[in-house]
Amino acid sequence: MSAGLSLRGLSKSYVPGKPVLRDISLDFAPEGVTAIIGPSGTGKSTLIRCINRLVEPTGGKVLLDGQDLVPLRGRALRLARRRIGMVFQEYNLVERLSVMENLLSGRLGYVPLWRAWLRKYPEADIARAFDLLDAVGLPEHATRRADALSGGQRQRVGIARALMQRPALLLADEPTSSLDPRTAVEVMELLTTLTRREQVPVIINIHNVELAKRYCGRIIGMHQGEVVFDGPPEALQASHLTLIYGGEGWQE
Amino acid sequence: MSASLQREWQRFTPQQRIGRWLLRMAIVAACVWAVRTIEIIPEFLADAPQQMADLLIRMWPPNLGHYRGGVHDALIETLHIATLGTVLSFTMAVPLALLTARNVCRFAPINALANLLLVASRSVNSLVWALLFVAVFGPGALAGVLAIACRSVGFVGKLLAEAIEETPRGPMEAMQAVGAPWGHSMMKGMWPQVQPAFWGIALFRWDINVRESAVLGLVGAGGIGVALDDAINFFHWDRVATILLAILVVVVIAEIVVTQIRKRLI
Repeated sequence: MSAGLSLRGLSKSYVPGKPVLRDISLDFAPEGVTAIIGPSGTGKSTLIRCINRLVEPTGGKVLLDGQDLVPLRGRALRLARRRIGMVFQEYNLVERLSVMENLLSGRLGYVPLWRAWLRKYPEADIARAFDLLDAVGLPEHATRRADALSGGQRQRVGIARALMQRPALLLADEPTSSLDPRTAVEVMELLTTLTRREQVPVIINIHNVELAKRYCGRIIGMHQGEVVFDGPPEALQASHLTLIYGGEGWQE
Repeated sequence: MSASLQREWQRFTPQQRIGRWLLRMAIVAACVWAVRTIEIIPEFLADAPQQMADLLIRMWPPNLGHYRGGVHDALIETLHIATLGTVLSFTMAVPLALLTARNVCRFAPINALANLLLVASRSVNSLVWALLFVAVFGPGALAGVLAIACRSVGFVGKLLAEAIEETPRGPMEAMQAVGAPWGHSMMKGMWPQVQPAFWGIALFRWDINVRESAVLGLVGAGGIGVALDDAINFFHWDRVATILLAILVVVVIAEIVVTQIRKRLI
């Protein structure tokens, strides 16, 4: 079930007095792809990691279907996290495990320990994993080790693993930044079509403005921890880019 | 402008050069001091070659017939001590390594305490551990197993903790994001990453323990050392030679086996 996400007054300072996120309030519809763009070090990654609490927010609320995730601890936090899939810039696969086991790791929030240990995952999970492998175009790679794959293939596995969770929301932290331009487009294509098929809303951190405009229905521009643009890609003008990234000469 | 730039390049600053020179002097001084302290008696040094030759002549030929009667069983016992000791050490070392690794246990005082236990285990030689356990449990293989285990804990725990700390954070972060409980993420995120190091350390330590358990008998903690001690006490130098040969063969075989297995592991 896809879920709507709302941020209310979200702030984060790694060092007291030096906020990375300043009072962010945003609402995300339970569908569609939203891109967050902005220069390096502007808090994009921090924002996305505050949502599933890989980074602890300093203040504010993260409301998923009306439930505030910020005060959650222990089991309650885990249950919230398993509804939120995440795709990483560096893929974060377990290199020495097979593609199949990496995919099934997406179910670790659901299966008991003994099943994970004995690799006795439920039939439904295994069937789903094979489906997703087909969907991401790696049907013949199930038994290969993750470290034998190329960057693009690894990111496809990363996406499939996140979707194994049957997430209500998918976060992608610079999913294409480690990939060559062509593979980056292919991965974005895959990410957006698959999540549309699965009806999962997506929030993507991305620093490639062209990719953002091409694949995302909504663009949020950040500058120094604040939202300075929020609208559809057509509305994003050169003046906005100047506001987000500063300077002008690079926009040709 | 550029004329005033310092264009000369030297590997070390003058202070560094003085420092390096002082360090060299200190090393020489330490060596001189050490030689003077050990009080070498010139007469003993002078007839050492003679004594050595005498010993070797008494050892030759080795009494190989003694192997069946007095060496074989002791040798097997030595291997048992090494193996059981290694296994037992891991049961203690794994929890301590997890508590020592700062990326697993984030509470600094616990890290320090676990590390202290590991250091304590390493700081006591296995012969000393054996003396302690012979005093508690009486002479025999049990004392040997415990001695080997206690000495190995520090070694295994330290290397294991380092291997755990060196694992990339990414996969564990992914496990966290998936909502996996601690045990699940350790098993599917951490364990595959430390697995090669784990088996490497296990084999390495077993190899060392085979050698260490060979001398434990000198203090009565079982194994081939007992046979060696008896043979030396009764001046049966031909038997001593047999025992030393047997130990050599076993150590070489252990070395070969470990190298072969490790090749396949990595």
